[in-house]
Amino acid sequence: MNPSDFHVTRTSAVTKIAVVCGAIALIILILAPYWAGRADMRLMGELFLYLALASLWNLMAGYAGLVSVGQQAYVGFGGYMLFALTIFGGVHPVGAIVIAGVLGALIAVPVALLIFRLRGAYFAIGTWVIAEVFRLSFAQVSALGGGSGSSLPVGIVRSLAESRSGREHLSYWLALASAVIVIASVFFFLRTRNGLALSAIRDNELAAGSLGIDIWRTKFVVYIVTAALTAMIGALIFLQKLRISPDAAFSVNDWTAFVIFIVVIGGIGTIEGPIIGTLLFFALRETLADQGTIYLMVLGAVAIVIMLKAPNGLWGLIRSRFDLELFPLSYRVKIDTSKEKD
Amino acid sequence: MEWLNAVVQGTLLGGLYALFAAGLSLIFGVMRLVNIAHGDLIVLGAYLGLTVTIILGLHPLLALVIVVPAMALIGYVLQRGILNHTLGKDILPPLLVTFGLSVIIQNALLETYSADPQKMNAGALETASLSAGGLSVGILPLLTFGIAIAVIASLQWVFYRTALGRAFRATSDNQEIAQLMGLNRRHIFGLAMALALGVTAIAGIMLGIRTSFDPSIGGGRLIFGFEAVIIGGLGNLWGTLVGGVILGVAQTIGAKIDPGWQLLAGHITFLVILAFKPNGLFPRINE
Repeated sequence: MNPSDFHVTRTSAVTKIAVVCGAIALIILILAPYWAGRADMRLMGELFLYLALASLWNLMAGYAGLVSVGQQAYVGFGGYMLFALTIFGGVHPVGAIVIAGVLGALIAVPVALLIFRLRGAYFAIGTWVIAEVFRLSFAQVSALGGGSGSSLPVGIVRSLAESRSGREHLSYWLALASAVIVIASVFFFLRTRNGLALSAIRDNELAAGSLGIDIWRTKFVVYIVTAALTAMIGALIFLQKLRISPDAAFSVNDWTAFVIFIVVIGGIGTIEGPIIGTLLFFALRETLADQGTIYLMVLGAVAIVIMLKAPNGLWGLIRSRFDLELFPLSYRVKIDTSKEKD
Repeated sequence: MEWLNAVVQGTLLGGLYALFAAGLSLIFGVMRLVNIAHGDLIVLGAYLGLTVTIILGLHPLLALVIVVPAMALIGYVLQRGILNHTLGKDILPPLLVTFGLSVIIQNALLETYSADPQKMNAGALETASLSAGGLSVGILPLLTFGIAIAVIASLQWVFYRTALGRAFRATSDNQEIAQLMGLNRRHIFGLAMALALGVTAIAGIMLGIRTSFDPSIGGGRLIFGFEAVIIGGLGNLWGTLVGGVILGVAQTIGAKIDPGWQLLAGHITFLVILAFKPNGLFPRINE
């Protein structure tokens, strides 16, 4: 056999089928306002927002090795920026979401310069301190309701759409779009040169560094981009809630603990993991939600067991069993069968 | 005089923060583990203390006799049953497993004791105070500070003067060689966690006598302990005490300026020190 008998490819039959299925699913989801009830659409909207948050956290922790327990800093920041920009700046809510992302990136720069001095697990707690600083600072801003928070004025809510169903459809589509945009950005980013560098860092930081990859810069870029997108998701979350308070905006349980469980259970360091994790998380929540604290304890225990027994999560189990990959990212060597016949 | 008073109160508050931090520092020193559930374990210590004082009618300080060994036992079992399986090159498993533990402990406390704030009754000790030169100092904060010094001095003694401490330092330096020399690192780590949670029990009870507590406050206590450790410099126990004092003073002075600024002032002081002295004031571990 000579080298011309082989070729290297990223696609496979499975990824092609996945593209078709994904496209069909997306069309069905876009049409949800025509087939789903009000409650279902609310639930799905929330699911998409969690999917987006989980995919972003996974990009940071799973690929860049930046384990943050303080992403609620950016969720809350985005939410507060939405309120400030629409109430005091007179900006249209959708425009405010975009600006919130830009501001999130700007504030993330000095934060990153500070907390990147902390290594590993201490970095994680450092991110938590930052989130606390954000929470306590916004609680001091009396114009935004101080510690008790404030509501979005009716006029601003109306500016989205006149009718209630119109607003519900719009916020559903925005949530769906955010999940699709985040997953697509992560996917296409990982296929670029920088994405390859990131995958190399994930697999072995020392080896990646010795190949000339600027590890600090790569991680820095990932942190800033994640912060920007997380702030946009945060703005969207509080556009749906219509009410914000420091404790809700910077809740470590809601915006970080759940997200971490989703990623760990689904499979960290893969694009598919957060998707499976989100579906499972919502399925668990819908069946166990009445149990309150028991539900959270079960979630914690499941995450611990998965981390100890199957660190690659459910998707990792599936992938190693069936050699599957839905998103074409890794390279495979294929023997060119057509040439063998010659 | 008011400012001097704030500094004195802050210094004594720093003793409590040093108690929060000592366990974290010890665990990191021996096995490079950062325990996210540390704050919730402090709160667990406070609740165990509360239970013992109510059931046996003991004074909270006497409850230490029961709670410290109980927490030490929990620590040993936790380490050998779960945490030892997470240690390795990858930092993700210990971080996420202790994060899961934190959520479990918090919700188990919520389920058992409800969300109502609780407080331990220490009788006259709570209000007793000494006055000198216009300053009034509570006996309880003074006692807490004294206990913090005693705890750190004993940890220091264990580390540098006993066979157990030698085993801790050996495993910390090189796990494989320590293993070859006949030390069972799983057991050593178990003992280190037992010791750390023993200290955590003291921290929890002093916290529970000083202020009211509820299951949700663990995260905040973890952050205070963590800040004290980083300000003082990794791996330096006396540095941790200094870190706790700096944090405590920053908070009381912040509160003096504006009550809403108490916690913020502490966090900002921490971030400023991180910006100018990233390894803390007195680092001992170079990584």
